[in-house]
Amino acid sequence: MNFGIIKRTLGWILLFEGLFFTVPLITAAVYWEEEFFDIFVAMALCAACGGVCIVGKPKNQNIYAKEGFVIVALSWIVMSIFGALPFWFSRSIPSYIDALFETVSGFTTTGASIIPTGEALESMPKCLLIWRSFTHWVGGMGVLVFIMAFLPLSGARNMNLMKAESPGPSVGKLVPRVRQTAKILYLIYAGMTVIQFALLLFGEMTVFEAINTAFATAGTGGFGFKGDSMASFSSYTQIVITVFMLLFSVNFNSYFLLLRGRMKEAFNTEVRVFFAIVITAITLITLNLQLSEAYTYTTGEAIKHSAFSVATIISTTGFVTANFDLWPAFSKGILVLLMFIGACAGSTGGGVKVSRVVILYKGATHEMKKMLHSRQVTNVTIDKRVVDREVVQNTFAYLFAYILVFVLSFLLICIDVQDVVTNFTAVTATINNVGPGLGAVGPDGNFAFFSVGSKLVFIFDMLAGRLEIFPMLLLFSARTWKK
Amino acid sequence: MKIIIVGCGRVGQTLAEKLNDDGNEVTVIDMLAEKVKEVTDVCDVMGVIGNGATHTTLLEAGVDTADLFIAVTNSDELNLLCCILAKKEGRCQTIARIKNPEYSKETAYLKDEFGLAMVINPEYAAAEEIARVLRFPSAIKIEPFVKGKVELIKFKLPKECGLVGVSIKDMAMKLYGGVLVCTIERGGEAYIPNGDFVFEEKDVVSIIATAKNANEFFKKIDYKGNSIKDAMIAGGGTITHYLCEILENTGISLKVVEKDLKACEDFAARWEKVCVIHGSTRDKELLLEEGLAKAGAFVALSNSDEENILLSLFAKEMGGGKLVTKIKRTDYGNVISRLELDTMICPKNITSDIILRYVRATQNTMGSNIETLYNIIEDQVEATEFLIKENSPIIGVPLWQLPFKSNVLIASISRGNQVIVPRGSDVIQAGDAVVVVSKQMALRDVTDVLK
Repeated sequence: MNFGIIKRTLGWILLFEGLFFTVPLITAAVYWEEEFFDIFVAMALCAACGGVCIVGKPKNQNIYAKEGFVIVALSWIVMSIFGALPFWFSRSIPSYIDALFETVSGFTTTGASIIPTGEALESMPKCLLIWRSFTHWVGGMGVLVFIMAFLPLSGARNMNLMKAESPGPSVGKLVPRVRQTAKILYLIYAGMTVIQFALLLFGEMTVFEAINTAFATAGTGGFGFKGDSMASFSSYTQIVITVFMLLFSVNFNSYFLLLRGRMKEAFNTEVRVFFAIVITAITLITLNLQLSEAYTYTTGEAIKHSAFSVATIISTTGFVTANFDLWPAFSKGILVLLMFIGACAGSTGGGVKVSRVVILYKGATHEMKKMLHSRQVTNVTIDKRVVDREVVQNTFAYLFAYILVFVLSFLLICIDVQDVVTNFTAVTATINNVGPGLGAVGPDGNFAFFSVGSKLVFIFDMLAGRLEIFPMLLLFSARTWKK
Repeated sequence: MKIIIVGCGRVGQTLAEKLNDDGNEVTVIDMLAEKVKEVTDVCDVMGVIGNGATHTTLLEAGVDTADLFIAVTNSDELNLLCCILAKKEGRCQTIARIKNPEYSKETAYLKDEFGLAMVINPEYAAAEEIARVLRFPSAIKIEPFVKGKVELIKFKLPKECGLVGVSIKDMAMKLYGGVLVCTIERGGEAYIPNGDFVFEEKDVVSIIATAKNANEFFKKIDYKGNSIKDAMIAGGGTITHYLCEILENTGISLKVVEKDLKACEDFAARWEKVCVIHGSTRDKELLLEEGLAKAGAFVALSNSDEENILLSLFAKEMGGGKLVTKIKRTDYGNVISRLELDTMICPKNITSDIILRYVRATQNTMGSNIETLYNIIEDQVEATEFLIKENSPIIGVPLWQLPFKSNVLIASISRGNQVIVPRGSDVIQAGDAVVVVSKQMALRDVTDVLK
């Protein structure tokens, strides 16, 4: 294990986090809020610790796969530990574990909160609200990818960092250089964020609200700033958010291909399946809402609310316009299912990822074919390309590890809280980085009532979900640390 | 520059690595996923899996925007086809590796007909290099610069040589002025020496001089470097064929040992003057019987690196002739260099050097223009030849007034037919060809050597 390069990379992470603090710092200055000093202290701490870590260049600059996993897992943990400081210093969130939960939820773009919806949220200082949604934006595309885009980290093996941080079963480059690839991804990301911000300004949102919403949508996070999330905004604003939540859950490589005019490749199987799932889910939920007597939505409202809910859940954002916890069981069932599927690989969304679902489906049918004709030679193909057997195997391994983490977390939470639906959806919502679940953690609820132990489990789940399970598991494996 | 390389074999890998280090955007194509992965794992290049001769794969690799296309797969025909398709689709220049001797005779025709920028034959290039060494055996390596007017000669100082214990300053004054010492390798480290540097036994010295001056220099320092009359070659492969072709009329008599009877017969039919021996190169008695101990040179060109090294070690033990050893892999270069086997020939490095030279030469930048480029010491020191243009800032200033970086040496200035070994008072003029030796890699422009 190359500790030198790990320390140094973590140092850079902290320096960059110090830089990220300028966003809430400026907000605090603009709104003349006293939390300015708390943020400033956190920023100074980051800079000091980071500065100490980057002193001395390690001789061996190689980042092999092992170091890649460890660096990614550790940097997300370290970043969250420091990112929680402003909430804690300012006493806005008095308990440090709660502040950490909030920050991890931010960086992992989960959007699950321990702050009660309603009054309590609206009375939060503006600078801390901005910091919450900015952590979404930073975490969405990945911090290491950001650092790679702007810092000449030496060595050709940086791909190992990107592979470990980017969501999806297999990660490719857009252009020959890692750095260039990272830059292109961030440019697309920032560009789309700005477009959404502009479109939101056309509606009734203030600049502060529009920035907040754009950050939280881009990262598919879902931290809001109003007691009722997005429910009180106009239809125009809600539609803009719906569209952008879906756009940010498409593989960013597709946008690159679109810009290059390679339409056919842009609309690949994953993107088509994703939109097919979205349209089917919206149709089913709309019908379900219309056909059951208990709901008084007009057809337009039903479509709008179901579209918003489907988008917010499948993109794993977590904004709310209607309390879907009160919807019929069939609709709720669909939404919970969508939580597991999640967004496309290579997007900012969470979940298992559509491409994995496709590989798992094709892998399973492939095995079934083999049972019928044991000597048949076939391959799993997507977009007329053979999927590497290794990728298929890895996907099944991922599924198992994912289920394992899920089941163990669920059992641990059940020791603490007595409601099975709440526990199940709380784990679902955190491990898939969605945010709201059903029951006590539904659109109206929050995560404050869980015990400290449960919160730590959720923190692990959120990080494991964002980093796709393996980096977090490897971090706690003795084999990783063996000399 | 955007460069596409088809074929991730040894040459393709080396090229990808070096071109990437030079700051180019490299994309590699190969049909085998694991070959592509081998390259993308160690260097920052994009990999595309597929047949480089299909339109779809080429488009996926971005041939429409590429500047240079290099085909170095194992098949000559595939390489040509790739280049033709790439040329059709994009505006890129194309380089193809052609190794079949039947085609390589028609390189000029192929180049013209298919609009190739360059046809490269690694085996032929290796044979040329071996021939150069055999003709000038004192040297480990000889590279021609400024269209052959100046040579860069690398040799090792023996014990009983007039140079041992002499400083460079004294050498320049007492012995001969027409020679410039560029680099010295001592114990794995490379130095660009200043005047106070004192030569030691076993130093590997690189000098720049005209061929005539170099000959005189070697005479003066008592360097025993007899011309070679006969050479024994182990292995009768493609390189051996080319070597026979190049050395046919030079008066060096050749003896080839090859274990395959069919190959021997082919060889004997084609090269009447060459003595072809049918037998295993591992047969120690056979080699001794055929006069290994007395041969002026021993060239190990079998297919296996290990065998070549072992044979050369044996030849070194038995006789005092010049040794040339071909190796395919350079990963363990530092270990092999400790064996002290005179000249090592590595076809993939020769090929990639030639292509690299071409790539840098095409990257014309302000003020000057790279003509040729050589690795004097693998990955440590390079010699670069620049053609100075009229607007270059270094024109008209005496060299001692220019703020050179450390570890940089102006090794020669060529003006018309005149070759100058530069002193502090010399002035560079427009149109000069200047050779710069530097430890700093990837020089693009002559101004890169200034602070």
